[in-house]
Amino acid sequence: MQERVKARAIELLESGVRVLGWKAGEFFYDVTPAVFTSREEIEKEFVFGPFCGANMSKYLIAESRKEGRVGVFLKPCDTYSFQQLQKEHRIWRENVYAVGVQCEGMCDIEAIRSAGIKGILGVDGDGSTLTVHTLYGDKTIARKDALAERCACCKSKKMLGCDELLGEQGEELDSARFDQVEKLEAMTPDERFAFWRKELSRCIRCNACRNVCPACSCEKCVFDNPNSGVENKAAANSFEENLFHIIRAFHVAGRCTDCGECSRVCPQHIPLHLLNRKFIKDINELYGGYQAGADMETRPPLTNFQMDDPEPSVVHERGSEQ
Amino acid sequence: MKKYPVSQLDSLFAAIAAKQRLYIPAGEAKTAAFQPWEEGMRLTAALNTVRSAKDLFFPQVENLVNFKVTGKQIEVIENRDPAEPFVVFGVRACDCRSFEILDKVFLCDPVDTYYETRRACGTVVTLACTEPEETCFCTAFGIDPTDPAGDVSCWISGEDLYLRANTEKGEALLGGLEMLEEGGEPVTDKTVFDRLPLQNLPLDKFGGEHMMELFRRAEWAGLAESCLGCGACTFVCPTCQCYDIKEFNTGDEIKRFRCWDSCMYSDFTLMSAGQPRPTQLERFRQRFMHKLVYYPSTHDGEFGCVGCGRCLQKCPISMNIVKVAKTLGEEKP
Amino acid sequence: MQVAQEFKPTIVAFCCNWCSYAGADLSGTNRLQYPANVKIIRIPCSCRLNPMFILRAFQRGADGVILCGCHPGDCHYTTGNYYARRRMTLLFSMLDYLGIERERTRVEWVSAAEGAKFAATMNEFVETVTRLGENKRLEDLRCKSE
Repeated sequence: MQERVKARAIELLESGVRVLGWKAGEFFYDVTPAVFTSREEIEKEFVFGPFCGANMSKYLIAESRKEGRVGVFLKPCDTYSFQQLQKEHRIWRENVYAVGVQCEGMCDIEAIRSAGIKGILGVDGDGSTLTVHTLYGDKTIARKDALAERCACCKSKKMLGCDELLGEQGEELDSARFDQVEKLEAMTPDERFAFWRKELSRCIRCNACRNVCPACSCEKCVFDNPNSGVENKAAANSFEENLFHIIRAFHVAGRCTDCGECSRVCPQHIPLHLLNRKFIKDINELYGGYQAGADMETRPPLTNFQMDDPEPSVVHERGSEQ
Repeated sequence: MKKYPVSQLDSLFAAIAAKQRLYIPAGEAKTAAFQPWEEGMRLTAALNTVRSAKDLFFPQVENLVNFKVTGKQIEVIENRDPAEPFVVFGVRACDCRSFEILDKVFLCDPVDTYYETRRACGTVVTLACTEPEETCFCTAFGIDPTDPAGDVSCWISGEDLYLRANTEKGEALLGGLEMLEEGGEPVTDKTVFDRLPLQNLPLDKFGGEHMMELFRRAEWAGLAESCLGCGACTFVCPTCQCYDIKEFNTGDEIKRFRCWDSCMYSDFTLMSAGQPRPTQLERFRQRFMHKLVYYPSTHDGEFGCVGCGRCLQKCPISMNIVKVAKTLGEEKP
Repeated sequence: MQVAQEFKPTIVAFCCNWCSYAGADLSGTNRLQYPANVKIIRIPCSCRLNPMFILRAFQRGADGVILCGCHPGDCHYTTGNYYARRRMTLLFSMLDYLGIERERTRVEWVSAAEGAKFAATMNEFVETVTRLGENKRLEDLRCKSE
């Protein structure tokens, strides 16, 4: 796929569009999103491989407003964000040439590190086992253990709203992405409180989750307004930690496509996707199935209502059943 | 040189913790942090903690002073944390060097008394590296990871922990630990450090001399273009020292506190006249110019980076000081 | 010797201007009793209630927060309370998910004619929150005076 994507990038560039893609780094895994404007750059530095996890959609907000067209390569999950941002009128579609790229799941270098592998210099292998070359000799890891969490429970391989596709169009999958949410729901409130305190207390308020999030596209975030009285960079205490994460998840509720970027970038490995998925699961259960970014027409659940929506007391009633 | 069996580290930690608070790097590899030692707590398997050891001297959030307003009277209430002696064990050579860098900022005139107090209270026990990560490049800054500084230096070699006191504070700590035996020398194997991929950073051009030339380089635009403007790099960095002073109105009184700031944020050094670094390009440039140019230009050429590699691992888009140094520092063909 | 003081919770009631605030008024003019620790904040419509307001109320010392608005279908702005209903449902569910006692938050529809319902609701809510005790899980220690 690497060669096909690269060849297509060169063609696109020569047809007169800038190309948004992944630029090689010092190692095989530290790729950086970049705009390519010359054939030499693409030949030398363009990569597409199992570590190209970054979701390019958010960059299109700025790139599509610039003069000329921009070509972009989007993985299936990225296309959901892409379509959702169009729905919110954040991306100027006419300035974008979108190429969907078939994806078999992205690896996460942090997952490999978490397995206790140190000094990682390279990864080989296509099958179910990966060979990791390190400063301390070769190690092996099962591919499923090296996958990013979001890819291990991929919701859809379908590519939406692209101008062309590289590879096969996929299907929506019956994924197990709500399993962990259900596990938490089945706990007692005390256990849940202890779980989230342990996770959220690690937050350093670097705001990486917010800044990488395609749904967080406000020009000025409420947390960056000094007059709002909320803390924007200090994890001052447990209240501020809770407030930030509850409000951030709430602000993207109904718009979050579950792309999983927040959890990928968290330096403290806080499972932020579990907050977003809780909202998605609740919306699905209470207001009917809804997948943000799946289409351009359906009204988002939080700007919509039904006369016979359940009352807020449903939360208490559901809780007492457990 | 003293020595102690590694298998009995628990009793060594217990002996230290009996006298003063002890912090050790603990927890799962992906969330390792310096934590107050408790019975049964083990050293982390990770080479380094997510947040650096600077937290213990320059915490992310710190009370400065409280004010209480009654009518036209303003009462000033001291509320700084009580100064208690503590020991931090397992600091790596890179983090230990970061203390020297922070000292030059906080202990020069006017002295930052909050930082000074914590420094005076803390005894730093370093631990030599044996298994570096591929992201390590402390040797590029002249740091020897196999011979770390600090009040006490430690090595794990074979079945034993070797300890050497370097300062009076260190002597006092080791002197109070009767269980230590006199020991020989640890065996250190440096070969793996010669294989580190990032050890030869092209740093010759950096320092104060080419300041304006570097400032004006066109490559900054490309380097900064995909920066998200989050503060992950600055908050895991052992040498980032910028802070903001803020006030919180509890309704009853005003709490003045300071918290880490990040040059990556849009409100960094925001003034009534506006933002002096209006776009991410200028903010991004500030961070790396500070580490590689401004700091050395005022501190005898010493760089403001210690090569711990945290920003390499944590940047969401994998843009980091190594890429910047290589792009700007390599001679153009 | 310290005597354990009876716990009196602080309750914040956000009331919509058109129905519930008038309902509260009516309960007053009818001399119906409800505890004085209910602090009413008037908002233009239940839909105005930003979820941040609820969290901030807890930060500033509330032990329970209740939202009162027009009955669904009776909103002065036609549909405001329908949106509020969805938002509050999701927010309460999230608070529950984080392990924060779900009984601390509530929504009740109170019309301008339902003075008795207002008083009864408040009495019952205060009782519930008193049973729960102090809000510990969403407190901001800075705001607790020493």
